[in-house]
Amino acid sequence: MKTQYDIEGGNFSKAGFASSEVKRMLKQLNLDIKLIKRVVVAMYEGEVNIVVHAYHGTAEVDVSEKRIRILFTDRGPGIKDIDQAMQAGFSTATEKIREMGFGAGMGLPNIKAHADELNISSTPGKGTQVEIICYIKKDHQNT
Amino acid sequence: MKKDAFHHALKIDTDLCIGCANCMRVCPTEALRVQGGKARLEANHCIDCGECFRHCPVNAIIIEQDDFSQTRNYKYRVAIIPAVFTGQFPEDITTEEIHSSLMHLGFTHIYEAESAVDLVFKKQQQTLNSGKVATPAISAFCPAIVRLIQVKFPSLVPHILPVKPPLDVSAAYYLRKLKDQGVYDKDVGIFYVTPCAAKIAAVKSPVGEEASCINGVINMDFLYNKVYTLIRQKKDDFCAIPDRQQLSSMDILWSLTNGEKEHVANRSLAIDGINNVTAFLERVENDEIANIDFLELRSCDESCAGGVLTGGNRFLTAERLRKRAAKAPINNVKDILRYQKDLMKQISTNPVEPRSMLILDNDVSSAIRKMKQIQSTMERLPRVDCTVCGAPSCHALAKDVVQGKASIRQCIFIQKRLEQKDMMDKNESLDILRDIWGKPKLDKNR
Repeated sequence: MKTQYDIEGGNFSKAGFASSEVKRMLKQLNLDIKLIKRVVVAMYEGEVNIVVHAYHGTAEVDVSEKRIRILFTDRGPGIKDIDQAMQAGFSTATEKIREMGFGAGMGLPNIKAHADELNISSTPGKGTQVEIICYIKKDHQNT
Repeated sequence: MKKDAFHHALKIDTDLCIGCANCMRVCPTEALRVQGGKARLEANHCIDCGECFRHCPVNAIIIEQDDFSQTRNYKYRVAIIPAVFTGQFPEDITTEEIHSSLMHLGFTHIYEAESAVDLVFKKQQQTLNSGKVATPAISAFCPAIVRLIQVKFPSLVPHILPVKPPLDVSAAYYLRKLKDQGVYDKDVGIFYVTPCAAKIAAVKSPVGEEASCINGVINMDFLYNKVYTLIRQKKDDFCAIPDRQQLSSMDILWSLTNGEKEHVANRSLAIDGINNVTAFLERVENDEIANIDFLELRSCDESCAGGVLTGGNRFLTAERLRKRAAKAPINNVKDILRYQKDLMKQISTNPVEPRSMLILDNDVSSAIRKMKQIQSTMERLPRVDCTVCGAPSCHALAKDVVQGKASIRQCIFIQKRLEQKDMMDKNESLDILRDIWGKPKLDKNR
C-alpha cells in the first residue's frame, strides 16, 4: 500500500505531519508498538531534515506485509560528505534553527539507530534521497 | 478486541433519542452511529468521557447510577464525596450545611474523597522516582484519560503511572476504619458521589485493579438537587457530623486543573479538555516531546469542576474551591495516616492493558488489505463529513464499509451520482435514508 506526502522546506510548524499520518496508518495494522515507534521516529527525523535543509521534498511510504519502506526525495543543497553527516553531533544547521530545537546533528544517526536499513544518495547542489526500511518480522505481530 | 465486557455508565434512552446526531459529531473516539433514527453506541470504543451527554439536546443520554434507596440496605452508609461537590453550591452555603444535609438524607458518615491525597501523592512520587514508568509519566487520576490511552494510544500505556486516584484509597480507609470499630463488612455501604460517567465506569469495571470496595455510585446532579432543596427548606437545622476531617489546600485543589502538576518538582504539564489531551498525546506518541517528566491529563475542561454531572458553572466551582483552599490549612495531620502503612501497599494498580480499537485485523496482511480498501473507498467519498450517512465522518464510513458494517450507498453524494447514472431510483435512496434516520424524519413533510 502506497501513500505520498509533500514536505515543505522551512515550514517548522508542519514538521511531523507526515509522520503522524503514517503513525495513524500503522496503528491500524496490529504491529508491535515498538516497531511502530521505530518507524515513526525515523520518519520524523527524515521529515525534519527536509524542513530544516531543503526547499521541498516528498515522502513516499510503502507498506507491505514484509516491510515498511519510506523514500524521502528532496530538492535542496544536498550532502557533500555523507560519512561526516552520519556522525552524531555533526550539523550544518544555523544558530537560528538550533534555537528552535532542531539541527542538533542527531537526525541521520537517529534514523540509523531506528531503521533496519538506511540508504542515502545525494547530489550536492541538487538534492538528496534517503531510503529507510523497517522489516516486519513474525514476532512484530501481536497475537 | 482483547476484552469485551466493559461496563459503560453511558446509555442511550431510545425512547427519548431524536436521532439528531449531535452526540455522534462530538464523540472523540467515533463510538457512535445513527441507525433507524436512533444513536447507537459501539461499546468497545466508548471511554465514558460524557461528551455525548453534554451535547444531547433532549437528555436521551443517561448516566446509569445506583438506586438511592439501595443505601438503605446497609446499617452504615458512607458517602465519599469529592471536593467539587461542595464547590457547586452558592457561597452562602457552608460545607457544614452541605454535609449535614447529606446526613439528613440518610448517610451515617461523610468523607471527602481527597482526604487520601497525601498518600496518593507520596506513592506517585515514589513511583516516579523509581524510574519504572516510561516518561513522561501520565497520571491515572482521570479514568476517561486512562481509557482513551488504552483504545487510541496503546503505545503510551507504559506511561500510565500505576497509582490509584484518591477516591479508591479513601473508600479502602473508611471500610478499614469501621471494621476496626467492630463493624461487620456486610453492614457497610460505601457510596461514591460522582461528578462524571467515567468514574462510574471505573468503579464498576476498574482498569488495573481488583473489584472496588465501593458498593454504589450516586450521580452528583441527583444529590445536588436533593441537598439544595433540603438546605433551602430548613436553613438552620444542623446535625452533628461524626469524624469531621479538614482537607488541606492541596487536597481541595487536587481535582482541579494543575492540582497534581503543582506539586511535581520536575518539569510537568497540566492539560484539560479531551480534544486538547488527544492532540498532545499524538505528539507524545511521536516522541516529539522531550524532557517532560509528568503529565496531568483531564478529560473535562476545568477538570472535575467541569464534570458532566456537576450542576454548577465550572469556572464558579473552581473559584469557590480556590477560595476554600486559601482558608484551609496547608498541611494537617489526618486520621487516614494511622493506616498509612497498609494503605500504601494497596495504592498501586496492576499494569494497564492496551485494548486498541484501531486495529483493522489481527493478521497484518489482512489489515493492510483492509487499509487499501479504506483508502480506495475514501477516494470515492466527498470528504465533507456531513454525517448524513449515519457515520461521524467519511473516513468512519469508509472503515465501516470495509468492515461490513455499512454500505457506501449510505453516502448521499454517491446516491446522487448513482441516480444521475440511472443506477439508483429515488425510492431506493429514500429507503436508505429512512433506514438511517428513521421513518418519521423523511415522511413528516409529505
